[in-house]
Amino acid sequence: MTSMHLENVTVDFPIYNTRSRSLKNQVMSLATGGTIGSNPEGHVVIRGLENVTLSLKEGERLGLIGHNGSGKTTLLRVMSGVYYPSGGNITINGKCTSLINISLGIDPEATGRENIGIRGALLGFKKKELAERLAEIEEFSELGNFLDMPVRTYSTGMQLRLAFSISTVIQPEILIMDEWLATGDEGFQHKANERLHDLVNKTKILIIASHSRDLLVKNCTRIVWLEHGRVKMDGDAETVANAYFGHH
Amino acid sequence: MATATSQKMTAWQDISASLANFRLAALLGWQDVAQRYRRSSVGAFWLTINMGVLIGALGLVFGTIFNTPMSEFLPFICVGLIMWGYFSSLVTEGCGSFVANTETMLQLPIPFFTYILRTWWRNTIILAHNIIIFPLVLLIFGKFVNFDALLAIPGFILVSVNLLWVMVILAVLCTRYRDLTQIVQNIMQVGMYVTPIMWMPKNLPGGARSQLMLDYNPFYHLISIVREPLLGGVATPLNWIVSIGMALIGWVVALLFLNRYRTRITYWL
Repeated sequence: MTSMHLENVTVDFPIYNTRSRSLKNQVMSLATGGTIGSNPEGHVVIRGLENVTLSLKEGERLGLIGHNGSGKTTLLRVMSGVYYPSGGNITINGKCTSLINISLGIDPEATGRENIGIRGALLGFKKKELAERLAEIEEFSELGNFLDMPVRTYSTGMQLRLAFSISTVIQPEILIMDEWLATGDEGFQHKANERLHDLVNKTKILIIASHSRDLLVKNCTRIVWLEHGRVKMDGDAETVANAYFGHH
Repeated sequence: MATATSQKMTAWQDISASLANFRLAALLGWQDVAQRYRRSSVGAFWLTINMGVLIGALGLVFGTIFNTPMSEFLPFICVGLIMWGYFSSLVTEGCGSFVANTETMLQLPIPFFTYILRTWWRNTIILAHNIIIFPLVLLIFGKFVNFDALLAIPGFILVSVNLLWVMVILAVLCTRYRDLTQIVQNIMQVGMYVTPIMWMPKNLPGGARSQLMLDYNPFYHLISIVREPLLGGVATPLNWIVSIGMALIGWVVALLFLNRYRTRITYWL
């Protein structure tokens, strides 16, 4: 059963300025008695998330809203397993994939086809699985002969098509997105939207951060409103969206 | 698929998961080499050419200074410089293994040892390009390796096992303390002169002091277990014992260290 539980998750970022990040200064501070600096360890801590408790069951579509700096990206990173919370607990049951930056790992000097291999491997595809899906990826990208050309010769739109085509053949149980992936010219965008809707519908738990009311209300069953790293409101999509967008 | 698990990953799980998916590290490492030389016609063999010129020049100079026959000195400095280049790039690039992959590490929960293996594989590919010079040097002097040369293979594996734990510790430390990389580079530079690379152990004046200078240098033992077999000699039992001992103790320390700080690494990026 796919699920995700966060219990009192707190994330603290230590901010190392150039002073404390250097070993020289740590040695020097030993020598000088460590009186310089505001706190004993010499660094400021920023609280990214504070006591976030959430439970996601199979079938839930969660939207995240909040101002810039409210902790959305941090929460997405905790949920994708990148940040281990500095306080509290997180339990994730299920294959989890984050499509935050779909161009990650694309090498401009390598050909389109080689990049399918690299990006695929980063997303966790086995060689065999990828070979089975290769034709599908190539066809969907509509890049044709350009697949044998280095990616640096592609236009921005073509690069996005490639990245999108590879990244959306995954079949995760938990899908994490930062905004809806919009790509390409009108023809491709329509096709891409369809593919993305398909993916979103097949995945068991969806978590998406967005600033678009339409998108959230259309795709989500539940919205969490974050403010200063805390959950300000958690409820069904319509109610929270009204409360959040009503004020703005 | 990138599977995030509930429990926090132990260092041991991290390393075994990375090894199980070695294909990813190898692909990325290969890509690093390919990317640098894709637009050049000779490709990565530029490295071989550069190394060859260096070996020729330093070989002539130091062979003359020490008055050693070239047929003996050139093969010696050839293996020495190639292996030292390998040690030195692994250790210094090991420092940046995590920092260089910041973007990926902040997005995908790939086990961290993968990035160390990426650095290791990239440099092993470069080593494979460089080592071609050695048989050429032997050929020039009409020399051949004997069966004992096969001992260089376990020697090489042991060297890598040792360097990998050093890289694990340095990658973690250098992510936290960014200027440590400079210190490490410095140590490796000094190490090249302290270790018998450009001079032969027999050039040292005899006596206990000289022997201590060799025996207390970990790089001397590591380079000997690869170089001696290739040059038709045998590494001393001490060379092997020290190398094996360092590997065992080093890995225990590295595992404990990684285990302790693993969850903090992404916060330091």
